[in-house]
Amino acid sequence: MLKTLLRSTALAAAIAFAPAAALTLAATAPAMAQAQGGDIVVTYKDDIATLDPAIGYDWQNWSIIKSLFSRLMDYTPGTPDLVPSLAESFTVSPDGLTYTFKLRKGVKFSNGREVVPADVKYSIERAVDPKTQGPGAGFFGAIAGFDDFSAGKATGLSGIETPDTETVVFKLSRPDATFLHVLAINFASVVPKEAVEAAAGDFGKKPVGSGTFVLKDWVIGQKLVFARNPDYFVKGVPHIDSFTIEIGQEPLVALLRLQKGEVDIAGDGIPPAKFLEISKSPDAKDLIVDGQQLHTGYVTLNTKIKPFDNVKVRQALNMAINKDRLVRIVNGRATPANQPLPPAMPGYDTAYKGYAYDVAKAKALLKEAGYADGFSTVLYSTNTDPQPRIAQAIQQDLAAVGVKAEIKALAQSNVIAAGGTEGEAPMIWSGGMAWIADFPDPSNFYGPILGCAGAVQGGWNWSWYCNEDLQKRAVAADSMSDPAKSAERIEAWKKVFVDVMADAPWIPVFNERRVVAKSKRMGGEPNIYVDPTRVINYDAIFVKN
Amino acid sequence: MALLLARRLLQAALILLGVAAITFVLLYALPADPAVLLAGRNATPQTVANIRHQLGLDLPLPVQFWNYIVHLLQGDLGRSFNQKTAVAPLILARLPATLTLMAAGIAIEVMIGLTLGVIAAVRRDGAIDRLVMTLSFVGVSTPQFLVALLLLYVFAATLGWFPMSGYGTPAHLVLPAVTLGILGAGWYARIVRSAMIDVLGQDYVRTAHAKGVPAARVVLRHALPNALLPVIAMIGIDIGQFMSGAVVVEAVFGWPGIGQLAWQAIQQVDIPIIMGVTLVSALAIVLGNLLADLIAPFIDPRIRAG
Repeated sequence: MLKTLLRSTALAAAIAFAPAAALTLAATAPAMAQAQGGDIVVTYKDDIATLDPAIGYDWQNWSIIKSLFSRLMDYTPGTPDLVPSLAESFTVSPDGLTYTFKLRKGVKFSNGREVVPADVKYSIERAVDPKTQGPGAGFFGAIAGFDDFSAGKATGLSGIETPDTETVVFKLSRPDATFLHVLAINFASVVPKEAVEAAAGDFGKKPVGSGTFVLKDWVIGQKLVFARNPDYFVKGVPHIDSFTIEIGQEPLVALLRLQKGEVDIAGDGIPPAKFLEISKSPDAKDLIVDGQQLHTGYVTLNTKIKPFDNVKVRQALNMAINKDRLVRIVNGRATPANQPLPPAMPGYDTAYKGYAYDVAKAKALLKEAGYADGFSTVLYSTNTDPQPRIAQAIQQDLAAVGVKAEIKALAQSNVIAAGGTEGEAPMIWSGGMAWIADFPDPSNFYGPILGCAGAVQGGWNWSWYCNEDLQKRAVAADSMSDPAKSAERIEAWKKVFVDVMADAPWIPVFNERRVVAKSKRMGGEPNIYVDPTRVINYDAIFVKN
Repeated sequence: MALLLARRLLQAALILLGVAAITFVLLYALPADPAVLLAGRNATPQTVANIRHQLGLDLPLPVQFWNYIVHLLQGDLGRSFNQKTAVAPLILARLPATLTLMAAGIAIEVMIGLTLGVIAAVRRDGAIDRLVMTLSFVGVSTPQFLVALLLLYVFAATLGWFPMSGYGTPAHLVLPAVTLGILGAGWYARIVRSAMIDVLGQDYVRTAHAKGVPAARVVLRHALPNALLPVIAMIGIDIGQFMSGAVVVEAVFGWPGIGQLAWQAIQQVDIPIIMGVTLVSALAIVLGNLLADLIAPFIDPRIRAG
């Protein structure tokens, strides 16, 4: 993954200057060699909630929406590397406050109409509009006029201008170094206004976009059929002719069907009960895809609840947890973590060693803090397997240093509610709710979960950690929007996260890898089945000849 | 009869209103805030407040309930928080699958249960009786998922006689219906057995035997109809049960029924869907029982007279 990391930093620096066309070509050239054709079947247990890009925000619809729509920016498949997509080229002003995009010519929505700059403006305004009730509004906070629009004082975003038939200009109210990533997330997908209006509130079931696939059929509660968009603006993409998503499929049954060849991708992965059997079978190499995702599982230590207001206690608990044992509970499908950022994320510090597992040292530190006899506390966890088992293992580790933790295993929504209520949850094991990055940039692992803005009622900073000094450095880093300073910026973020660990508001536990089961006929590297920015990359996967 | 029907329908309406009120209060008393879940993790407090306002969650509870009831009376079950689409079509789309599975499951239950129950009653205290009672005990106490997975593994995955999962053809229906059927049959066998034993001990049966009526005819024509009443009542209860309670079987066989919808909605605190499914299930229970009560007089004229 280090290679990817180096490449991504280098590429991020190069991106604004390299001719966009060459980059796109480079991104698609290896794809041309793949076999064309094939109809595949993908299964999920849960319904697909919505395909509206302004609303959909779960790991299932994320990858589908990616393929149904296109955005100004996108990523090279399998990497965190930004490339222009619907944009042909772009420029950033020296102060980082103006982004000017030239649209690709002749791109059509699947209803036949050409994509014009006004569509971009409309789509982003729609994502921000309070009436849409979308979860993505906050991402666009840097665009001028955001506050007025979201407060209902304006009818649109004054910061998006469409001077001619091929140009979109974004004016920002503050520099935002992540802005290109923001234009690559699903909420920035371009949609045709007339189709949204025709759907009369049901655009999520009747999506129209300009992506690689088109929704052909949706039988509620049963299946969704997506067909290749023959007019997609990059020739030779996608490779498969269609994919059918069957829902309501129990993971165990999906796996049996996959082994019989009825299913090509079991979207929910391999249930723990089946994992050893499958991984030891002779076909394992062809069936299991195991990829790194931008995920960190952690225990939050609530800095507003005694004794976790004492940094020594927090550091001591960081040394008390045997992470290797926790990794074994998830069948080894994770890597022990020592910092908030996952290894695949730019800004991960390979030199940082973190707090090593050391029971004696942890006890000594607790004694120093005045808790030689330990203390009692409460550890929250979600109640679906394997999370309670992991919480129990953490409980045992804590007991070894004299800390008696009572486990509260609740439904996910109740744990989230407890975490976001001041003074409520002393410790939370994040399993099942852990942070997976929205886009591959370190800032995404700070603001909502470790920054001061997240330490509010209903927020996601469950440690209620707010370090003013780090907050200033974070803001400064995100103001470095000059692509030439990209490496410097990543370096600044790296230091922020190492300094966060000095305060130890979290116990970083492990980085979970994602396991997908696929049939033997499916081709492609693991990183397009566990793509860092979209989970399954339907544009890149292919059926072997 | 008409008066009875009118009274029962009025009762049904009141029960539904009660169910709606209780479910509503329970759901809104949950600490989980649907607006926070919807807004996601990058949301500003402003976004959360906006969403709460759009959903009407910032109104006082009685006002929210009043609005819900007013819409409900117009046949509008509201819009799903999570799917952002009307709830009624989501439930309607799953209704055929639920009803099909329910009908098939009950048919199998009754067929197996009646047969075994009658045999056990006739051969009372014999070896067959003991075997039937043991089997029915095993049946009612075996977890659904165990039988479902077992059937799936043997008849679908290994033998390949039936599809493993899905919906649409009669072949898809067999395994889920059989799972429900053989597990529920135990209840019916027990009920039929005790009712039959009761009836078989009565004077008119003895008279029939004494007149020389063939034994099979005595059992099937004279005794069985009079032992059917509890079965009818049981079917009424099962209609309500299967309307909401076949979650496990639906999950294993990928059957697109209402149980699946309810289970997902509960996990996502999608209140409008939970409300909708609860009301539809309550309606089914009320109607199922009403149906049983209406059919009973035709089976047993004594009820009509009384």
